[in-house]
Amino acid sequence: MSDPAPRYQELRIPSLARVEGETALHLRIHDGTVTEARLKIYEPPRFFEAFLRGRAHTEPPDLTSRICGICPVAYQMSACRAIEDACGVVVDGQLAALRRLLYCGEWIESQTLHIHMLHAPDFLGEDDVIGLSRSYPEHVKRGLRLKQTGNAVVELLGGRAIHPVNVRVGGFHRAPPRAELRPLEERLRTALDDAWDTVRWVAGFEFPDAECDADLLALAEEGTYAIESGVPTVLPYDETLPPYSFPLRDFTDHVAEEQVSHSTALHSRLDGRRHLTGSLARWAVSGYLLSPLALEAAREAGLGDPLSRAGVGRAEVCRNPYRSILVRSVEVLYAVEEALRIIAEYERPASPYVEVPARAGIGHGATEAPRGLLYHRYAFDGGGRVTDARIVPPTAQNQGAIEEDLRRLVQAGLDRGEGSEAELTRLCERAVRNHDPCISCSAHFLELDIERTH
Amino acid sequence: MSTPTPPQPPARPRLGVFKFASCDGCQLTLLDCEDELLGIAAELEIAHFLEASSEAAPGPYDLVLVEGSVSTPEHVERIRRIRADARHLVTIGACATAGGVQALRNYADVEGYLATVYARPDYIETLATSTPVSAHVPVDFELRGCPIDRGQLVEVITAFLAGRKPAIPNHSVCFACKRRGNVCVTVAHGTPCLGPVTHAGCGALCPTYGRGCYGCFGPAGTTNLPALVPLMQRDGMSEEDIGRFLHTFNVTAFTAVEEQGQPGVTDAEGPG
Repeated sequence: MSDPAPRYQELRIPSLARVEGETALHLRIHDGTVTEARLKIYEPPRFFEAFLRGRAHTEPPDLTSRICGICPVAYQMSACRAIEDACGVVVDGQLAALRRLLYCGEWIESQTLHIHMLHAPDFLGEDDVIGLSRSYPEHVKRGLRLKQTGNAVVELLGGRAIHPVNVRVGGFHRAPPRAELRPLEERLRTALDDAWDTVRWVAGFEFPDAECDADLLALAEEGTYAIESGVPTVLPYDETLPPYSFPLRDFTDHVAEEQVSHSTALHSRLDGRRHLTGSLARWAVSGYLLSPLALEAAREAGLGDPLSRAGVGRAEVCRNPYRSILVRSVEVLYAVEEALRIIAEYERPASPYVEVPARAGIGHGATEAPRGLLYHRYAFDGGGRVTDARIVPPTAQNQGAIEEDLRRLVQAGLDRGEGSEAELTRLCERAVRNHDPCISCSAHFLELDIERTH
Repeated sequence: MSTPTPPQPPARPRLGVFKFASCDGCQLTLLDCEDELLGIAAELEIAHFLEASSEAAPGPYDLVLVEGSVSTPEHVERIRRIRADARHLVTIGACATAGGVQALRNYADVEGYLATVYARPDYIETLATSTPVSAHVPVDFELRGCPIDRGQLVEVITAFLAGRKPAIPNHSVCFACKRRGNVCVTVAHGTPCLGPVTHAGCGALCPTYGRGCYGCFGPAGTTNLPALVPLMQRDGMSEEDIGRFLHTFNVTAFTAVEEQGQPGVTDAEGPG
């Protein structure tokens, strides 16, 4: 006999790669059973909600974009909506269309980044996009081209792809003339082919079986796939419970955040249950509202047909987090199409923005960041100064569901006999990347730390 | 090795990319170099870049890019270890170069900040300050911007590979704005603009889009802030407005200009 198994084991893995931000994982394993899986998020607190206090009502879009370099547009859009809500202003028409166009650019570049640079290497046995560019050079070039097109949309409308400067409360500092958008059309038409080819490529990946047993939360918008606005809508995991929506102003009554000792990111629960936001939730809530082309791609990719269930208010649901990459690539295709549609219908508005006079009040704003529902709430005094700010990012909401995913996966891995440090790390890293977490929103530094007792 | 190996290409310089308190945007700028990315990867061995690769090789590194500010006790230790492993260390972005937007805490009550954000502030480990990397270890070059500019990043990497100092001009946004043929937003429209005192690098984006520069690249090499203040007042800004305008994305650097008349960050010698 070899040495008896130690009663207590601790395993540390220094960092989780290919996610935005860094975090740690702590696993407790007792007699081959995972008793606890905790994401240890070490984000040094950056205090955005605190230093927003006292700032003018025009400032949160630029300030909060600095929360995340990968989805700054999402922060700017949620902030604008919340401020405009507080001030009783609705931005519509071509200005709203331009916002959706800007957001489509971010969806294209950010989702493409995740698909090609962060997620696909997992399915193809590579460490990174550089390795992938050796085994799949044409696919990587296609991904870079697609990402560049997304960036081009954000750069044209926002000035630059990271922390765009052109967004302001009420609209934009400058609305481009029609002719300026034209060069984007040609690129976007190429992107349409690239996006379709990406869906086909991704559809050929091998997807392990898995199911995420969380409620799905996404914005829903009448007549269109929700991106830059909508009403929070829940598809409970328990199918005997009906889907339901609630007004955005009640968001924090439903999504309650709590602080836990092991993380600087706040944990949140939806009506007392674990929930997930992001591409799987959007697809489940609004899949039937995708364009015919995106639906065709989804069906061809094996995601099923949400139209078949549209009448009963539930799209076909995909709960396998590994397949989120498929939904993401369908969403890229949709965003490219939407961008083309908006450009075709664009007419330069008379003014690049509507006036948003400051007033005392509380406003709520939520949009669909590529990673999921991003909620902002601001309170203003009579001079338009922020007296309170609340930001609930998608990754913080998803944390509970990710932890549960990790627990199940590690358990399944242990049951299959995959108990080595390397195997478990690989499993966990993949599981976390499935959810495209944006940990800077909330967190940093992944360290896998396994405690085993027998 | 016992088996003969084919001739190996000469070893490429090893690149390490590290992150402290930040939004990841400056690292992302490297991934946004779509046209240059594979070329960069051919010239440099990407040894440590967690945002992009699972392959995290230990040092020493020939070139280290550091994003983010030092804001926890652990950071203070980690930046020293990274410096010891780095032949050339370049900070990328406003956080690593000037403490970033989160340095607003340096002028506030951090206990109050903690209580604002967290129900249990005692669980949180943080420093009362968010400081630039240069406050802790020697830095070979500081690349400004919130975020950095892609072209400037490629220039820094190219200069490193060529063994020369990066050609990053130290002049103000005004120069870039004139070169771009913009009408001056302050002169023509009375829009307050920090362009005259802000370091070039963005290509004068904000004035190009019809708004005033908000200083995300920090102070230019030589600035005359006292001359700009009356202009901003003329254009309707109160003293408090001007304070907030300057105290945002490069708060410590502009504060140093106000206090000493000099930028708080200095141009260190480039690699080479």
